[in-house]
Amino acid sequence: VAQASYPEELIYHSEHDWARVDGDQATFGITWYAQDQLGEVVFFDPPKVGATVSKDQPYAEVESVKAVSDVIAPLSGEIVSVNETLSDKPESINDDPYGEGWLVRVKLSDPSETESLMDASSYEATLS
Amino acid sequence: LSSYVSATDADQREMLEAIGAGSIDELFASIPPSLRLETNGLSPGRSEQEVYNELRALAARNASTEDELSFLGGGMYDHYVPALIDSIISRSEFLTPYTPYQPEISQGGLQAMFEYQTAICELTGLDVSNASVYEGPSAVAAAAYVAKLHHGRARLVVSEGVHPHSRETLRTLAHPWGMEVVEAPLREGITSFEGLDADVSAVIVQQPNFLGAVEDLASLAGAARAAGALTICACDPLPLALLKAPGECGVDIAVGEGQTLGNRLDFGGPSFGFFASTAELMRRLPGRIAGQTRDADDRRGFVLTLQTREQHIRREKATSNICTAQALNALAGVIYLSWLGRRGIVELAELMLQRTAYARERLSGLDGVSLLHEQPVVREFAVRLDAPVDRVIDRCLADGVNPGLSLGPLGYEEGLLVAITEQRTAVDIDRLADVLGAAVAAERSAVVTWPNSGAVSGTQGAEL
Repeated sequence: VAQASYPEELIYHSEHDWARVDGDQATFGITWYAQDQLGEVVFFDPPKVGATVSKDQPYAEVESVKAVSDVIAPLSGEIVSVNETLSDKPESINDDPYGEGWLVRVKLSDPSETESLMDASSYEATLS
Repeated sequence: LSSYVSATDADQREMLEAIGAGSIDELFASIPPSLRLETNGLSPGRSEQEVYNELRALAARNASTEDELSFLGGGMYDHYVPALIDSIISRSEFLTPYTPYQPEISQGGLQAMFEYQTAICELTGLDVSNASVYEGPSAVAAAAYVAKLHHGRARLVVSEGVHPHSRETLRTLAHPWGMEVVEAPLREGITSFEGLDADVSAVIVQQPNFLGAVEDLASLAGAARAAGALTICACDPLPLALLKAPGECGVDIAVGEGQTLGNRLDFGGPSFGFFASTAELMRRLPGRIAGQTRDADDRRGFVLTLQTREQHIRREKATSNICTAQALNALAGVIYLSWLGRRGIVELAELMLQRTAYARERLSGLDGVSLLHEQPVVREFAVRLDAPVDRVIDRCLADGVNPGLSLGPLGYEEGLLVAITEQRTAVDIDRLADVLGAAVAAERSAVVTWPNSGAVSGTQGAEL
């Protein structure tokens, strides 16, 4: 995606991660800004299904042509699925960071944590 | 200024005047005498020529494999190194550069790495090779670390057939990873695993093993796979020309010492280590992997395609830092393999097999010498001596023959490990048999007949 975008329906973590909350589950990914900073993503090293993730802690790695970076969990919970298509098409993280480029789906252990995350405009304000 | 240009007396006076000190002693007066270097005990300076002569005399006390008839092996072997290798690796494009941080600018260097990796993959029967590591023992430990990264299991099972130095390196490095290292015994010369369970991360074996025996890799790897563990095999690369490739036996990671590929013994190094794995473990490999690609104009080119654990990729989370060091030795390795060619490496291994079989037959036919195991061997075998091994070795050395490596000090049953290369002819082997046979006979008669025999020297009598 050539143009920066930060969808209104998502909530954001300061480490450039987004969450799409759906009942007691959420989908995680990295933001347009994060993929733009990383450059061409060549590998996603996912956590195992069933693993526990903690808010503000790393849970996976993305490797770009520049560097390997931790991905920080915006919320706490247990991994219920990972985006298997990224093993063949890691570039989805660049091309469609909020859609095809989603990373994991998590069963939330503390839904109240969502209150500490930012909305799109607050997050976008941190980028300038 | 270079260290060859010393400060003259005039220079010293000028410098002392500039800082207002009257003498060197005055300059250092604030340092308590007890902390000063006591130079009175040292000999006065000597001329370069005198030092050269002294060092040359010291060096002359070393015996090289060109001075004695050597059957030493145990991990490093006396193979002929063709002049072609020095000629190519001495080119300044290969000899002088440090690892380039814009590697693609050195297409020749990357192509050499790519060709090296291709050769290692073909020898090991595995999918991916990196561009080399430091040497054999650290390659074994690095392979164990890949197993740790692959699945977080806590135990490594290493065969006693793995080189004692590799096992020592493994124990040293695995301890801070929080991993337990358990040794599996040799039975009749080959590895036997028992009770592999779900805690085992990897089993580590050597092919041929330290006692020269060819292991049944397929069944060992099968046992490991059944327990969900990886199989790591340390390999001697030249026998692989005859043996079934580790990859075809179900081995996940093949590593080894590369000295035998075009690197001289050189008092133990430097050499290089090789490291190959299945595609599944590709992203866990240490070091760098060169790849072949096409540039924007569709021309063939080479890139550093994968270096997932290195510091410039992972920053503070790096778990591997393989630098320039062994690239030149690995280059010697690929030149050697190219020089041998597909047929040449098989012929070389067959020659070793035949001469080793001949040597094994000759030696085991001697009185007081018997086989330590009867497993098939390629280039090395172990014998028991009915006499003290170290004394037998000393007697042989006095006759200009180094009969092999003493196994007892390395933690094995007392015996002699005898290695054969293409440098040792049938005539050499006959000489070994004569000298070893005489040495064993002399030691046996010394033990049996003393003190009544006048043939025993006073020194030996005193030790008995």
